[in-house]
Amino acid sequence: MEDCLAKKMEITVSEAEKRTGRNAMNMQETYTAYLIETRAVESQSEGQCAPVDSLWRRYSEFELLRNYLSVTYPHIVVPPLPEKRADFVWHKLSADNMDPDFVERRRIGLENFLLRVASHPVLCQDKIFYSFLTQEGGWKDMVNETGFQLKADSRLKALNATFRVKNPDKRFTELKHYSDELQSVISHLLRVRARVADRLYGVYKVHGNYGRVFSEWSAIEKEMGDGLQSAGHHMDVYAASIDDILEEEEHYADQLKEYLFYAEALRAVCRKHELMQYDLEMAAQDLTSKKQQCEELATGTVRTFSLKGMTSKLFGQETPEQREAKIKVLEEQIQEGEEQLKSKNLEGRDFVKSAWADIERFKEQKNHDLKEALISYAVMQISMCKKGIQVWTNAKECFSKM
Amino acid sequence: DTSLTEVNSFSPSVPISPSSMINQYKFEDEREIRDLFITVDDPESHITAIETFITYRVVTKTSRGEFDSSEYEVRRRYQDFLWLKSKLEEAHPTLIIPPLPEKFIMKGMVERFSDEFIETRRKALHKFLNRIADHPTLTFNEDFRIFLTAQAWELSSHKKQGPGLLSRMGQTVRAVASSVRGGVKNRPEMFTEMNDYMETFSQKISVLDKIAHRIYKEEKEYFNEMKEYGPIHTLWSASEEDIADSLKGVASCIDKCCKATEKRMAGLSENLLPILHEYVLYSEILMGVLKRRDQIQGELDSKVDALSSKKTEKDLFSEEIGKLEDKVECANNALKADWDRWKQNMQYDMRSTFTNVAENNLRYYEE
Repeated sequence: MEDCLAKKMEITVSEAEKRTGRNAMNMQETYTAYLIETRAVESQSEGQCAPVDSLWRRYSEFELLRNYLSVTYPHIVVPPLPEKRADFVWHKLSADNMDPDFVERRRIGLENFLLRVASHPVLCQDKIFYSFLTQEGGWKDMVNETGFQLKADSRLKALNATFRVKNPDKRFTELKHYSDELQSVISHLLRVRARVADRLYGVYKVHGNYGRVFSEWSAIEKEMGDGLQSAGHHMDVYAASIDDILEEEEHYADQLKEYLFYAEALRAVCRKHELMQYDLEMAAQDLTSKKQQCEELATGTVRTFSLKGMTSKLFGQETPEQREAKIKVLEEQIQEGEEQLKSKNLEGRDFVKSAWADIERFKEQKNHDLKEALISYAVMQISMCKKGIQVWTNAKECFSKM
Repeated sequence: DTSLTEVNSFSPSVPISPSSMINQYKFEDEREIRDLFITVDDPESHITAIETFITYRVVTKTSRGEFDSSEYEVRRRYQDFLWLKSKLEEAHPTLIIPPLPEKFIMKGMVERFSDEFIETRRKALHKFLNRIADHPTLTFNEDFRIFLTAQAWELSSHKKQGPGLLSRMGQTVRAVASSVRGGVKNRPEMFTEMNDYMETFSQKISVLDKIAHRIYKEEKEYFNEMKEYGPIHTLWSASEEDIADSLKGVASCIDKCCKATEKRMAGLSENLLPILHEYVLYSEILMGVLKRRDQIQGELDSKVDALSSKKTEKDLFSEEIGKLEDKVECANNALKADWDRWKQNMQYDMRSTFTNVAENNLRYYEE
């Protein structure tokens, strides 16, 4: 990897704070602001640390940054932001955006986003990104001045719009298909995982009831009393252990969620290519029809039925001067069209080349990250079982002393 | 049974009576020196014009002298078990007769003749007969022997003998009458302690029963969700290349967890749940036994009171009172001995069943 920003600069999103202010419609609103801290990484000799710079940003500014990056680098799979609203919750988790656990997980997600961008070979060099990290005031204006919104293709937002491309690039079609599959399978997995977590929580917590009853029962028993009492204590420990276990699992879920949203980004690149291809085909079609018109006017033959041809037949033909003028205009347009087509073709080829490079990079990253995530999940499960074994071994000992 | 009449003291401060010590000794031995083996199996459905019912095969193997043969095979229906239980209660009012499975389930989740219900009932009936066989007194009961050995028609005719309906009703009336007194006034302290203990015990055991059922239910729902969880990973692996193997690995692990959960649930339903249920029923039985003892004492007390007011018919009364005193003494001793035995059993059962639960859970986590 080239020298990307992440290597030169330490970036953290270290705090979150609740703020109140007035929004665009002058209504009071509550929002959370996040503290971004940056520090230049220099060769740390004798423990000399560079000073820490910091500024506050809110979620909507992160969104603005991401939109800018998506539009400015359409061939890049742009890292996704953490979810706007809490999805895939199970009963203990709150769906409230202001809930401290949600805010905490979002803080981690935002930090992750910045690190991803900073370690991307292309994106990390972007000036707007750099200013986002370092310049508190006037950043919004700076972004808007780039005029990126004008470049944004509104057609991309129309998710359902289908543009029939005559010669689709097979690789991109396959990729789009893959991104759809990935999205659907991960969201299904997350849904079921949330339900499994819910049930597991139930199993553990009900065991906690044993603790209380054993304790009460032990009061009336002579020989069995001690065994019951201490077994009850272990049941309480068992019931309490699930909280930490499931909290750890949430991190795993967040890792999967990132790739759920990454699938969206991948799909966006495919769509952009599709639209590009479509525009290319439209331009080529337009050029062909203009050439045809030109030819017809020049030779005076009407190859295909046209209203103009009919009217000229009915109302008399044009003068040769008029025809000459038309031909001239068309020739100019054709010239323009051919140049445009050439540049569009070039653009297209460049896009495909750089997009495909980034897609390869993304694939490697995805495989690496997901494998690690699955491994860490397995490790979590093993640890959960080890804890279970410990508790029940203790409980068994208590029971056998009853 | 000679051991019960050895004790001559009626005082409430009797610590551990010799008879209960003998019973304790016997209890340990019972587990090794058994001469009566009973199984209940093979439920069969019978359909007649009037009703449909299930019979169970009861097989007995024994080396005891009072049995004519060493092996018996008979068919019994639930009604027959009910009859046996009531005969035992009649003959031994202050002994702890083991519980029978309930007539029908109120919960409405289980059909009357569903396989699950029949199997649960069969296991409980098997337990019932074996508990009687293990009991030092009840095992020698004549009705018990007949129950195990008589053919269907023999049993019917035997059932028709014995105190008629009217005399049985008379007994009940007298019992109710003396229960007004309750015998609580002169109740020896040990029996009050037993009463208090039973009240708390039955509360706790019924809560435990509920908790255990709830755990089973939660585990079942967890299992249901897990069943769906594994296959998603397999589905995903189909779209991947590099990580396909990892995903398939996770899927197979989740499936193994599912199987382990099934075993865990089976452990609960085969072991803990039936035992807890049995002891819920036992609580009711024990409260009943304590009441009956109070009634018997009540009879004595009311006669004693009557004597103190009617000084004239002393002789008549004193003989009656003498008999009643004996009766009370017997009843108390029987109960005391049986109580100790029951507690021993309970402790053993609880220890072994909860240890079993712990072992099951260990196995689950290890798998």
